Amino acid sequence: MKIHEYQGKELLRKFGVPTPRGIPCFSVDEAVKAAETLGGSIWVVKAQIHAGGRGKGGGVKLARSLDEVRKVAAEILGMQLITHQTGPEGQKVRRLLIEDGADIKHEYYVAVLTDRATQKVAVMASSAGGMDIEEVAHATPELILKEFADPLVGLTDKQAENLARGIGLPDGSIAQAVEVLKNLYKCYMDTDASLAEINPLILEGNGNVKALDAKFNFDSNALFRHEDIVAYRDLDEEDADEIAASKFDLAYISLDGDIGCLVNGAGLAMATMDTIKLFGGEPANFLDVGGGATTEKVTEAFKIMLKNPKVKGILVNIFGGIMKCDTIATGVITAAREVKLSVPLVVRMKGTNEDLGKQILKESGLPIISADTMAEAATKIVAAVK
Amino acid sequence: MSILINKNTKVITQGITGKTGQFHTEKCIEYANGKACYVAGVNPKKAGESVLDVPIFATVKDAAANTGATASVIYVPPAGAAAAILEAVEADLDLVVCITEGIPVRDMLEVRNKMKAKEAAGGKRTILIGPNCSGIITPEELKIGIMPGHIHRKGRIGVVSRSGTLTYEAAAQLSEVGLGQSTVVNIGGDPVNGLKHLDVMKMFNDDPDTDAVIMIGEIGGPDEANAALWCKDNMKKPIVGFIAGVTAPPGKRMGHAGALISGGADTADAKLAIMEDCGFKVTRNPSEMGKLLSSLL
Repeated sequence: MKIHEYQGKELLRKFGVPTPRGIPCFSVDEAVKAAETLGGSIWVVKAQIHAGGRGKGGGVKLARSLDEVRKVAAEILGMQLITHQTGPEGQKVRRLLIEDGADIKHEYYVAVLTDRATQKVAVMASSAGGMDIEEVAHATPELILKEFADPLVGLTDKQAENLARGIGLPDGSIAQAVEVLKNLYKCYMDTDASLAEINPLILEGNGNVKALDAKFNFDSNALFRHEDIVAYRDLDEEDADEIAASKFDLAYISLDGDIGCLVNGAGLAMATMDTIKLFGGEPANFLDVGGGATTEKVTEAFKIMLKNPKVKGILVNIFGGIMKCDTIATGVITAAREVKLSVPLVVRMKGTNEDLGKQILKESGLPIISADTMAEAATKIVAAVK
Repeated sequence: MSILINKNTKVITQGITGKTGQFHTEKCIEYANGKACYVAGVNPKKAGESVLDVPIFATVKDAAANTGATASVIYVPPAGAAAAILEAVEADLDLVVCITEGIPVRDMLEVRNKMKAKEAAGGKRTILIGPNCSGIITPEELKIGIMPGHIHRKGRIGVVSRSGTLTYEAAAQLSEVGLGQSTVVNIGGDPVNGLKHLDVMKMFNDDPDTDAVIMIGEIGGPDEANAALWCKDNMKKPIVGFIAGVTAPPGKRMGHAGALISGGADTADAKLAIMEDCGFKVTRNPSEMGKLLSSLL
């Protein structure tokens, strides 16, 4: 789960990582009022969407008067902000963050994430802050420093100091940076984050370090123990179909092709998509019905797939283990009738009660195309949608 | 022969009194030598009782001491699953198979680092399979997990994979072309887990009754590449490789927490290329894993 920058900064402050003062707003009037409340003579108006690259897309602007705050806020609020992470249609800006302007002397990068290979927590830092870190990692990987913290010990003073000195912070700022890194690590662990990234972490003219941005992802498996973080969820930022699917415990991701697929198991679902592509088609979605698919779940899965107007055909691929093929067959028939299915449907079923399942499909009278292997199923659905 | 488990392995079910644990323990008892292998269950509140004729003990330690069990399988819900793994590790079991899906990553980080610290301090090594896996089966001997038993045949091909149903697919294809399996291991789809592809490949290499292996991976993470690089210099047996997720868009989580592509080196294409370089026979058609392996023998 992702959250907004202003919410991330709330978390950072709670854990002792300094940020500029700021106020989230939902309207232009609120934005002007927020600037008044903050005082000063320079403000930053920042679009709050979950995607990165907001500055380049025109979603972050400076304002030097209240009139300018009004003008800039009106421009940004409601715009379709397009960044390299939003896709070509962009994301509508519904929230703003009004912040104090900062006195930036240098921009750094820091992030915490879990490293699968070492099974430790990686804390990364770079002197090349304020830009796309993936580009930095590609062009100048030596500029990214890493320390691996043992989760049973935590990030040590020594590790934090190595990072702070390694990225070239001045002597006078090292002690504060060590605190910031350790607090960021603690914030990451205590909130069950899967990514905590500050880009940029800035050095101000007076030697203080501050988080100028905040990006968090959270482990969805751990949300059950973080009511406060679940409360940050913004459904406007998520795909409506993916939300609908998650209510039925279905994992759904929409893609660009025209063949809907319904599969049990994430690996088999990806393999099915790959097979469709291999035989000249394009999958319209990833959809994993999971281990215990009921008729209700299968029906819901069909409805979600068919909401996509691009879908010209559907491929169902089920490997029945615990989930029996006859149960799935009944679910598929019920679903096809309920949604008045009008596109070609290819069903490939394998495993427990396979023959019974195939017989149920055959006797249904519905124009269902049956297949024995994934390859055969893909060939048939690709031919059917052409 | 086989790796990790055989018809003489004695197994404890942690979470045997829950709906899922009971259902699957029953299926496992019905499979091959299961009746003799499933010797204990654990539930602190129901010690002294029994489920499916399996006696229940208060702790894993009690269960192991009273039955001689050396392995356990975990169906405990996510919030308590990490503690269940640690309990089995502290009871010095040889093998723990954790089926539970949805354990927080931070809990698994703690579990794995505690397991490593115990070994580093000279304590007994416990092997963990999973979490979020379908388990392990040595066909016609013993099944530990939720896979359908009937698709497997006894034989000489090893299978290792991260995803459950795709593992079934490989096993069923092998059985269809007349090749049985020595052992089929599903290591699970979570980012922080126990056995890796590499560990299982080493075991298959050393197993005199495994002649060849199907290794199945997914997008995300370095594990398949690490295994492939080791195999290049050490593996004495033919390997068929498949990686799911050629069509997966970057940055999207495809069901498995593990299957998220972040950088460039862990895409399906990159992994397939490394595996091919390391002498694997790779296929982009997952319907052909069994046939392809058959052609190598």
